[in-house]
Amino acid sequence: MDKDPNNILEEVTQGEYKYGFYTDIEMDTAPKGLTEDTIRFISAKKNEPEWLLQFRLDAYHKWLGMTEPAWAHLHHPPIDYQNIIYYAAPKRKKELASLDEVDPELIATFNKLGISLEEQKRLSGVAVDAVIDSVSVKTTFSETLEKQGIIFCSFSEAVQKVPDLVKQYLGSVVPSEDNYFAALNSAVFSDGSFCYIPKGVRCPIELSTYFRINAANTGQFERTLIIGDENSYVSYMEGCTAPMRDENQLHAAIVEIIALKEAEVKYSTVQNWYPGNKKGEGGIYNFVTKRGICKGNNSKISWTQVETGSAITWKYPSVVLMGDNSVGEFYSVAVTNNYQQADTGSKMIHLGKNTRSTIVSKGISAGHSSNSYRGLVKMTKRAENSRNFSQCDSLLLGDKCGAHTFPYIKTENKTSIVEHEATTSKISDDQLFYCNQRGISTESAIGLIVNGYAREVLKQLPMEFAVEAQKLLSISLEGSVG
Amino acid sequence: MLSIKNLRVSINNKEILKGVNLEVRPGEVHAIMGPNGTGKSTLASVISGREIFTVDEGEILYKGKNLLEMPVEDRASEGIFLGFQYPVEIPGVSITNFMRTAVNEQRKYHGLDPMPANEFLAKMEEKKKMLEIHAKLANRSVNEGFSGGEKKKNEIFQMAMLEPSLAILDETDSGLDIDALKIVANGVNKLRRPDNAFVVITHYQRLLEYIVPDIVHVLFDGRIVRSGGKELAIELEEKGYEWIKAELV
Repeated sequence: MDKDPNNILEEVTQGEYKYGFYTDIEMDTAPKGLTEDTIRFISAKKNEPEWLLQFRLDAYHKWLGMTEPAWAHLHHPPIDYQNIIYYAAPKRKKELASLDEVDPELIATFNKLGISLEEQKRLSGVAVDAVIDSVSVKTTFSETLEKQGIIFCSFSEAVQKVPDLVKQYLGSVVPSEDNYFAALNSAVFSDGSFCYIPKGVRCPIELSTYFRINAANTGQFERTLIIGDENSYVSYMEGCTAPMRDENQLHAAIVEIIALKEAEVKYSTVQNWYPGNKKGEGGIYNFVTKRGICKGNNSKISWTQVETGSAITWKYPSVVLMGDNSVGEFYSVAVTNNYQQADTGSKMIHLGKNTRSTIVSKGISAGHSSNSYRGLVKMTKRAENSRNFSQCDSLLLGDKCGAHTFPYIKTENKTSIVEHEATTSKISDDQLFYCNQRGISTESAIGLIVNGYAREVLKQLPMEFAVEAQKLLSISLEGSVG
Repeated sequence: MLSIKNLRVSINNKEILKGVNLEVRPGEVHAIMGPNGTGKSTLASVISGREIFTVDEGEILYKGKNLLEMPVEDRASEGIFLGFQYPVEIPGVSITNFMRTAVNEQRKYHGLDPMPANEFLAKMEEKKKMLEIHAKLANRSVNEGFSGGEKKKNEIFQMAMLEPSLAILDETDSGLDIDALKIVANGVNKLRRPDNAFVVITHYQRLLEYIVPDIVHVLFDGRIVRSGGKELAIELEEKGYEWIKAELV
């Protein structure tokens, strides 16, 4: 991959959604629609224990009694949940021992994305748990990780290998009744990633998962569970690209993070689901519940996200600061263009004493898009001497887009301090002229200015991700000005 | 190199330049002087291609090409540099990144590959040394939190990096203390070559003590009313602009 940020222009001018291709892999598919039978089908396919089937059925019954939330600043046609295929998996002929055994189509897909497993393995030292349509096909570096006692595998594998850990923590941060989409996910989740870092272990490499939505009409219901045991450290990266599609695709993932005493978990996302075409047709509906709990004292969880994709983004990565002196962070860049809609932000729930949280949100809106920040900071009675600092900036490109900020602050004690800053700005003609006068085209100038605006967040990302994210920002805003 | 003929320019139907003629040849330094609000900055903006102005009449040829038909960035790549009177801030964008983008976009215009990173960094070091610019400047965001003097020095630094054939400095001396002024002037003098030219726009004669012009023009009420040698600047300083006004009435 070319890592020169100055080549952004070439990619910017390429036009339509770059990753809009489709991989033809044999599918093993559930019938359309959602009933108890669908859930039993999924559970049986995955050879799950009885307790997990019960977990799913319980969630399903809760979901039936719930209604889709309407409070977000989002508009979309009603979703027909009976018109969705809830399970599709690439057929596995046998256990894969090396890359040579992986479906060549799949390898080709990764090559198009510039993330071929071989390259990943050889060059960057990143372990990749590649998820194509719900089932993990290939896990790398597991041997290295195993030596340290680190478990990094697909969720289904974890259910077979470490059922007790899964049973102990599944749904402990995001209970199935948490919200409509969480209940749906809990009922039908197909696969995802599982990660356990044992006591005192610093994970030596960035753990990375690439997600893709790949089958027509298939909702993607990922389930991720990350457990940082006492005094451990892990940096986890999640990146997404999806093929172009005419119909809307539902994506309702759950990510749960548990940080025990003195543990630190860093979770980075670059989200680039298909956003729909320039008229706003198609595109992914992305309803995600991401939450971490700083369970032990002195633990830390940080979320960093770069959101450029999806027709609709509904996502509030949150931290429950339970342990004393624990730290929660949320750094976000959300870009919306054309007719994209994003309602995203964070929740910081302070339960422990001397807990600290930081929220830095940078929204960038262009075209006819709508970009909202929604955040909750709650200081409970017990959370004495806690602090939050929130900064929510909006950058507007053009005059047909919208930016909104909905901060909610609840303080139940007198010793905590909550600070909130918000700004709205535009790229000025003066800035563009200044860049143009140095020979920089308007398109490149916007890329430059936007990346500068988002720098505070981008610098939180692991290096290899930051470069990708920079390019993505510029690509996403292609044609938005002038 | 630059040939302006009967240039008439307006903004919101208000005429600002009322028939400007100017010839700049390679190797020359021109000074354009005049009271505030007579069209000096407008002239600089129109040459560099600012779109807020309307050109009603006249032409600008640059190296034989019709400048008025070229987009701003192409003019820049053709070698026109504008040192801004009020350089804008671009938060979060380092000067290194900004300059690298500019240099490479200009190279691309000329069909050249991007400059290798090590070569680029070496060039930055060389120019900083030449201009006696503090090393820290390069890692800061473009103009963000800069003092007036730092902004102007940064303009000169960018000029040195881009090596234009025609540099227009729009009141680069305004708001500078004497040390900063010397750095700016020193930069211009070091960059002077037989194949490039400078147009220095200034309100005061002070800068011209350090940058010695070949030709001085007085711009008044949208026209160049007088041109002469460097003595003209001294005369202006002594007698003030009232003198010109009085003569014209």
